[in-house]
Amino acid sequence: MSIVNSEGPQTATPISSLPVTVMPRSVGYWQSVWQRLCKDKVSMICLISLILIICASFAAPLLTSYDPAIGSVIKRLKPVGTEGHILGTDELGRDMLTRLLYGGRTSLIMGFVPVFLALLIGGSLGTFAGFVGGRVNAIIMRTADVLFAFPSVLLAVAIAGALGAGVGNALVALTIVLVPPMIRITESATTQVRALDFVEAARASGAGNLTIIRVHVLGNILGPVLVYATSLLSVAIIMAAGLSFIGLGAKPPTAEWGLMLNTLRAAIYSQPLIAALPGVFIFIVSLSFNMLSDGLRSAMEVS
Amino acid sequence: MLGYILKRLLHAVPVALAVSVICFSLVQLAPGDPLAVVLPADASQETVDAVKAQYGLDRPLVVQYFIWLGNVVTGDFGKSIATGRPVLSEISNAIGYSLSLAFLASLMALIVGLSLGMLAGYTIGSPVDKVASAFAISGVSIPHYWLGIVLVVIFSVQLNALPAMGAGTNPDAGILERLRFMILPAVTLAAMPAGIVTRSVRALVAETLARDFVTALRAKGLTEVQIFGHVVKNSAPTALAVIGVQMGYLMAGSILVETVFSWPGTGLLLNSAILTRDIPLLQGTILVLALFFVAMNLIVDILQPLFDPRIKRI
Amino acid sequence: MKPAEKVRIEPALEAISLEKTFTVRGGLPGSAAKKVHAVSDVSFQLQPGTTLGIVGESGCGKSTLARLLLQLIEPDAGDVLLDGSQILQTRAGLKAYRRQVQMVFQDSSASLNPRLTIEQSIIFGPLIHGVDKESARTDAHELLTQVGLEPTLYAGRYPHELSGGQRQRVNIARALALRPKIVIFDEAVSALDKSVEAQVLNLLNELKAKLDLSFIFISHDLNVVRYIADNLIVMYLGEVVESGSVDRIYENPRHPYTKALLASMPSTDPEERTHEAPIVGDPPSPIDLPQGCRFAPRCPSAEAVCTANAPAHDPVGAEVVRCHMADPVSGHSLAGQSS
Repeated sequence: MSIVNSEGPQTATPISSLPVTVMPRSVGYWQSVWQRLCKDKVSMICLISLILIICASFAAPLLTSYDPAIGSVIKRLKPVGTEGHILGTDELGRDMLTRLLYGGRTSLIMGFVPVFLALLIGGSLGTFAGFVGGRVNAIIMRTADVLFAFPSVLLAVAIAGALGAGVGNALVALTIVLVPPMIRITESATTQVRALDFVEAARASGAGNLTIIRVHVLGNILGPVLVYATSLLSVAIIMAAGLSFIGLGAKPPTAEWGLMLNTLRAAIYSQPLIAALPGVFIFIVSLSFNMLSDGLRSAMEVS
Repeated sequence: MLGYILKRLLHAVPVALAVSVICFSLVQLAPGDPLAVVLPADASQETVDAVKAQYGLDRPLVVQYFIWLGNVVTGDFGKSIATGRPVLSEISNAIGYSLSLAFLASLMALIVGLSLGMLAGYTIGSPVDKVASAFAISGVSIPHYWLGIVLVVIFSVQLNALPAMGAGTNPDAGILERLRFMILPAVTLAAMPAGIVTRSVRALVAETLARDFVTALRAKGLTEVQIFGHVVKNSAPTALAVIGVQMGYLMAGSILVETVFSWPGTGLLLNSAILTRDIPLLQGTILVLALFFVAMNLIVDILQPLFDPRIKRI
Repeated sequence: MKPAEKVRIEPALEAISLEKTFTVRGGLPGSAAKKVHAVSDVSFQLQPGTTLGIVGESGCGKSTLARLLLQLIEPDAGDVLLDGSQILQTRAGLKAYRRQVQMVFQDSSASLNPRLTIEQSIIFGPLIHGVDKESARTDAHELLTQVGLEPTLYAGRYPHELSGGQRQRVNIARALALRPKIVIFDEAVSALDKSVEAQVLNLLNELKAKLDLSFIFISHDLNVVRYIADNLIVMYLGEVVESGSVDRIYENPRHPYTKALLASMPSTDPEERTHEAPIVGDPPSPIDLPQGCRFAPRCPSAEAVCTANAPAHDPVGAEVVRCHMADPVSGHSLAGQSS
């Protein structure tokens, strides 16, 4: 995708209709991207579902009076629609809705944090490598390539497996896995921007490297990086829950979607709907991030 | 061409070495004393030292790495702590299961992805394209371990049509009987690569159809069938390359699906190694899977120019 | 005419024997690194208040020369003098130099940051140099007026909302925002429509007189250069093959390359027929330079001496002809006849 949009639709107010004394403020790039995104129904549905799920997860204590860790032996695996337990109960008699809401917290944090850290670490390294070029670039990129030689799931499993179970270890593993692709995408975007004349013009005006990066590079690589980070969120959510699913992430009795999916496997014969419920949420979140990433990409492609 | 192959092979050597360094470092990452599992808790200092010397653990890390690498190159991956059997034989027992599953899944993904991608690419913007694209993005976004559970619920629990787990216990089972066990895990594995192939083929077909030479072919009076031939010729190499790389991913990422279906491949082996903290087994399996991934990428790199003349053979 | 006879005015900008070689790494590991001679032994003087044109085919080193003059890349050898003095190679020295020498690039859209408004782009330079924001904005609006863009209408717009000609006007305003003495135009009008090009050229002449500027105008368009430049240097494969006043060179080109270049120029006068054979072939690669004269492989008058020795020239003279035929003692059979 091109970083520089050449001729965009004339989103600004027509010149003729303006009084000359008023300086027209054109619609900025991000504002126009947002306007186009708002017109895309699919993206909006994804965005709203994500906001709903995130808010509900973090407002869990306000939405439910049950404790996610405490169950009742006599209420095990009640079906969906049971009185007092809209979404039924799990294998230990805990309220499913409560577990799903609290589980969302853990799962979302386990997906968000690694992407955020990778954005910080990989983004800085990639921007630096792309901007400086030459030998520094080669060193950073070849190191990233080595980690790339490892398929992502295997690397995450390997690191988390060596470090042992736990949310913290899973976060470390996922961050290490997500940094190299983040380096790649920012490096290639920065290399493209760096070659553009306005960077040279800024240098010819006497601007230092940090100023050029801040004013001229970051604003122009943010788009593709944001699109990529959004799609990485989808990957990270799936991988994080996957790690918990095989016992490498969250530990019982923590509520976490992947872990719930695992512990409920025994229930697939008696309560298949309940057994599948946590996965529905992982799927919705991951799908929404992926479609939002696609929507963002087309909103940024000004033709 | 020979120079290109040689260059790619040479390039793969440092990558493979780097992979081995990472695998070796995993043990160092692992918390706790690696000897704790072999030694009784009340072992005397002399016993500890003796065992350390026996395993070479008293040497510097770099020396340990090269000793380990030397062993690995000669096929000695050490012994599994849990079973006491050589790691290599554990892996070679399992790898056939994983390979056949990955192969079947890749085949499914290739067929589904090519057809859906072609359909969507030919009808960009139409309802057909929308459905195919929705399928593709779902395939990439679906947590496949969950898809596995859903398939088991539908086809094993509800319909009782296909086995839910394992690879069957009858050693004399015919190919059809074996396939019955493979269908659900293979479909589960195929979802993501099918989505990826669909998306790349769709983009490629749309791009090919929009290009001048197709218009020129049409103007020359070529039939749609002949043009379709050209489109296939243009898209097939990419689809093959994508699926080749995906096969590496399928092998490496099989841990989740094999866990869901208790499929006795390398993924399940990895899972048990993690659960029992069987570090030599963990290390060996990861090394083999990672090297398989490197090899698949290498094969794709070498084969792609043969199929696709557009890629320069420098 | 020899330079010593002229009254010496300190040139606004002077290049002395600039050299720049790039190293290209070979494809296979182990293959030798190759050298590209982008600029070799280039000298010229830009007199205050004048325009110096630089012409040549693409790949002749014009853009590298521009970047050397801006001190964006360091020369391997040679010097650039501003008002007769060396440029301090310190951060502060370079920063001060950059206030004096600015550049307008060819691609009007790539040379403006798409995320910044026109005003933000113009005030970026002055802000770097410590001008306070309010006066930088006032200046920017004045500059926009000077380049023919109504500030109330254009200051808040983004580059993609402007036409190519308008963007190039913005680029000119941006270059002028630092109040430079010298502006380098690197194919700055090449991408514009002919009518827009004429408007921009007139604007440049106007601004030059009003703001007391000196221009270096790099172009492959000989008509444009004839219109705007006072003096000219002709470059071929990184070398100056001929230099002198525009009138002299267009009326009496002496180097065979210049002759061929001018002969290939489309003429509006049907009486004026092409006399010289157009240049045949492509320029040799700047990686494997021919021994002797660089133009010899394509030159219609090449002789043994041309492929054997590089022609001598006077490195600082205002009039340079780097050809054996211009040198009476070179041994070329046509030596001395063409002038």
